[in-house]
Amino acid sequence: MDHDSAQPAAHHHSPPQGFIWKYIFSLDHKVIGKQYYFLSLLAVVTGMILSWLMRIHLGWGAAAIPLLSKLSPNGAPGGVMTPEYYLSLMTLHGTIMVFFVLTTAPQAGFGNYVLPIQIGAEDMAFPRLNMLSFWVTFVSFIILVSSLFVSDGPPISGWTAYAPLSAMGSAGGPGLGTGQILWAASIGTFCIGSLLGALNFIATTLDLRARGMSLARLPLTCWAWFITAVLSLLAFAVLLPACVLLILDHIGGTSFFIPMGLVVSDTLQPHSGGSPLLWQHLFWFFGHPEVYIAIVPGLGIISNVLACTCRKPLLSYRVLVGCMITIAFLSFTVWGHHMFLSGMSPVSGLTFSVPTLFITIPAAIVCLIWLGSVYGAKLRLNSFGLFAIGFISVFVTGGLSGFFLAQPAIDTYLHAGYFVVGHFHFVMGVAAIFGMFTGTYFWFPKMFGRMMNETLGKLHFWLTFIGVYCIFMPMHYLGLAANIRRYSAFTDDYMLPLIPVHKFITIAALATGAAQLIFLFNLFWSMFKGKLASANPWEATELEWSIPSPPPWDNFGGKHPVVYREPYQYNIEGAPAEFLPQDAPAQVIRS
Amino acid sequence: MGKLFAVVMVIITVVSAYFVIAHTWWMPVDISVHGPGVDHQLEETMLGSGILFILAQFVLAAFVFFGDSKSPRKVKRFPGGPVPLVVSAIVLVGIEILGLSLVGSKVWAAIYFTPPAPDSLRVDLQAEQFAFYFRYPGPDGQFGTIHPDKISDGNGNYYGLDPANDVAARDDIVVGSLTIPVDKPILLTMHSKDMIHSFFVPELRIQQDIVPGLDIPIHFTATKTGKYEIVCTQLCGLGHYTMRAFLEVLPQDQFDQWLKSQSQ
Amino acid sequence: MSESDVTMTESTWSGGGLPYAISSKKLGMWLFIVADSITFGAMLVAYAYLRVASPDWPIPFKFTPSIVNATIMTFVLLSSSITMVAAVQAAQAGRIAACVRWMAATMFGGILFDILHIREWLGLIHEGVRLFQNPWGSPLFGASFFSLTGLHMTHVTLGVIYLGIVATGFGRKKFSAIDVEVSGLYWHFVDLVWMFIFPLVYLISARIH
Repeated sequence: MDHDSAQPAAHHHSPPQGFIWKYIFSLDHKVIGKQYYFLSLLAVVTGMILSWLMRIHLGWGAAAIPLLSKLSPNGAPGGVMTPEYYLSLMTLHGTIMVFFVLTTAPQAGFGNYVLPIQIGAEDMAFPRLNMLSFWVTFVSFIILVSSLFVSDGPPISGWTAYAPLSAMGSAGGPGLGTGQILWAASIGTFCIGSLLGALNFIATTLDLRARGMSLARLPLTCWAWFITAVLSLLAFAVLLPACVLLILDHIGGTSFFIPMGLVVSDTLQPHSGGSPLLWQHLFWFFGHPEVYIAIVPGLGIISNVLACTCRKPLLSYRVLVGCMITIAFLSFTVWGHHMFLSGMSPVSGLTFSVPTLFITIPAAIVCLIWLGSVYGAKLRLNSFGLFAIGFISVFVTGGLSGFFLAQPAIDTYLHAGYFVVGHFHFVMGVAAIFGMFTGTYFWFPKMFGRMMNETLGKLHFWLTFIGVYCIFMPMHYLGLAANIRRYSAFTDDYMLPLIPVHKFITIAALATGAAQLIFLFNLFWSMFKGKLASANPWEATELEWSIPSPPPWDNFGGKHPVVYREPYQYNIEGAPAEFLPQDAPAQVIRS
Repeated sequence: MGKLFAVVMVIITVVSAYFVIAHTWWMPVDISVHGPGVDHQLEETMLGSGILFILAQFVLAAFVFFGDSKSPRKVKRFPGGPVPLVVSAIVLVGIEILGLSLVGSKVWAAIYFTPPAPDSLRVDLQAEQFAFYFRYPGPDGQFGTIHPDKISDGNGNYYGLDPANDVAARDDIVVGSLTIPVDKPILLTMHSKDMIHSFFVPELRIQQDIVPGLDIPIHFTATKTGKYEIVCTQLCGLGHYTMRAFLEVLPQDQFDQWLKSQSQ
Repeated sequence: MSESDVTMTESTWSGGGLPYAISSKKLGMWLFIVADSITFGAMLVAYAYLRVASPDWPIPFKFTPSIVNATIMTFVLLSSSITMVAAVQAAQAGRIAACVRWMAATMFGGILFDILHIREWLGLIHEGVRLFQNPWGSPLFGASFFSLTGLHMTHVTLGVIYLGIVATGFGRKKFSAIDVEVSGLYWHFVDLVWMFIFPLVYLISARIH
């Protein structure tokens, strides 16, 4: 049997020299975390702009959007969008947001930066692999963006890319040729980057914890990142071959997803033998765990921050860990709830509905534990505190609308409507984003050594919190009125009276989007001009607050921290201080 | 800040709930036999979720309202700790889930597990980019064979029928809207010519993807006459938003007349 | 009444050590193997799904030359796993030259596997099998055959390169026995995948008259 010495082998790279090794091809998890974060920031701004264009078109379809004709003379001649242009905006919006924002910032961004420090390590287990993961992800983003510039047009089949639309090639219309191939290539590349990142997180969390940092003393953020990494390792491994098979259907003449006898534009297609449902199974087997990959880090961040905000331990650490694990496990059993009406045997309507409803239970317990933690708290409602509390509100809202969609009898009516759009935007587009805002406001001082402006932060919160309810709550009403999604315009008789609601949503979306400028300004201005930050401005207990802001290149200055207690020891009865850092030596406590 | 949050939270909750309770934007009137089951399921779920929504947001608001960091009192632990919360979540949510699943499965079964009535009117549906075409078997009661290589939208042969050689195809009626008699079971067999489409009539409370390579049967009975819209709900290309047909539910005698006129 | 500040009990899980008592590199390779197994698993599931759904799936592999060839390939790969075990043992015993020799033998096995495989592919292509058609039945036969075995062959080829880098490095004393062992793990995994592909692609498509 072989093992390294009792101390894990030091993952040494000497301090980097030179601009390229310090900032571009850095092996330092902190730099890599920031690289992921800023990639996500670029992606979220891009995705948001795409959504503004979509919303303007939905509210005012015939209107000419200024500058658009110059930007996209083919897609929006005279500034008025063609239907395929709208669909390509929608596809890129979804793809960019789900992959390059929600799967990147909460896990690879914050996780890379914070995890090694929170467990008392010098870096991740595989720093070179870490650097490679980032650049693979970056290349994947470039490939996706390049699909905007191909003559056939960017992909239009949605982020879900259902076959045969996505597999048929340009016979099916614009945006289905090279653009679709680039989409699949981009996502396949992204899978590789995510897989490599996931195995790094798992190995790091298991192997590099400092002395005394048992699993029961891990901050909940570390548990969340660990669980998310396990989900990623298993889920992305299924999406990767799916993308390869899709590409083969385009360039290899295969028919994995295309059955026989299809006629497009009066031409009999040469394909035969494939199954469109196979794509859906492969995609959603990945796709459902994916949405938990998007939210579980947020659950960890909120739990971690909530204790600091409430100045008391969470009501139950163990229950929160247990719930996150249960949710992650169950997430592999429910993929068919995206396929209730897909043409699968209706028996599957029941077999997938039951575990989907079961997931409600651990999710509800998480919310109840949070509520129980806020009870009796001494709340410090600064920016991150507000976003953490706000997260609870929007997560409850988003989760409850899922309750409807989990039942196939109701899904019969609500499927493919705006109720679904409202649901997933609340949980992913709002809750997960709130997790990212919380993380930003919380860890900014550590990452950049300066404080963000509190007034601007609070203003950002209020405008965003009210704004997101104005944008996404009405979508549920639209869904109840059978407003169908992925329509580039509403021309059906029964949908015409709903257009004023769309106009309201658009105005809310543009206003809320404008409010994000406050955040962006605050972020970048504070990086250079913010007040200098101390090591522990929030009086938090985790290990990252025991080192300077910003940390030295090797985090703990060559020392090996020792951990003496669990996190979140705030306002403990009889304790000598209001909060007890994890690495402060043992004190005697009278109970 | 906490008090402001609580107030905003209450306002948001009340306004959100108002539009649901007032049915400001709501489902259209249901015209199908299994419709009341679907509606009942949705309303029950809305009641349960609505109560939980209001309760959770109000409780959050209340706890935040009273949680002031500047107050001198000590932090309080939630009475009873986590166990009562965990147990009540499991029990209450579990009961709700069980109840909804049991009732919902009956609704689902009514749509998908009951066999079509033997005297159903059989209609064929072909979905394609970007239109629905409906086919009636005609007086001989037989559908003609579909020949994909003979399909020609340009010549109006949407189904690829070969009336010259196929006797059954000669009297098939192919139209662009679905006309049916009221109060009669309809068996609609759906297939797609190219992409995945979907058949949805909100008033009928029935939605089903139409997958190329599969023949998917759905059956329903319309209970009110009128003209309703059939919309495609599965993204099928750039014209997806235009893909629509009409469902016309006629009294039986008017339907018979219509059918006879089509055969001529 | 807090659970904090308990005296620290040292256990393999309380941090400061490796809980699985294997190096992080080895754990990393195990995790990679888990992910790659799922990738191959998804491909096999897709293949099974399509095969079961096709009424005209061809069964073209006659005993000679197809099954015989595939059996030889299996034997070659299994032998290369045995040589890899010997290489790891030699590495752990510090016998550098012996280890490099055994690794070279393993690489030879991998290359031989590739050559036999390519020969087989060329034969099938000559008979008219393509990604999109074949003379015997469902066009998905060629698609699934080439993509499954192609994915595996890619893993073998990359494995040969990987072993070459490790062998060279170990020979120059830049890599340790752990690196040899980790590369061995990968090689055994590739072999194990073949043990699924051989029966599921070849044997159940064997035409025995």
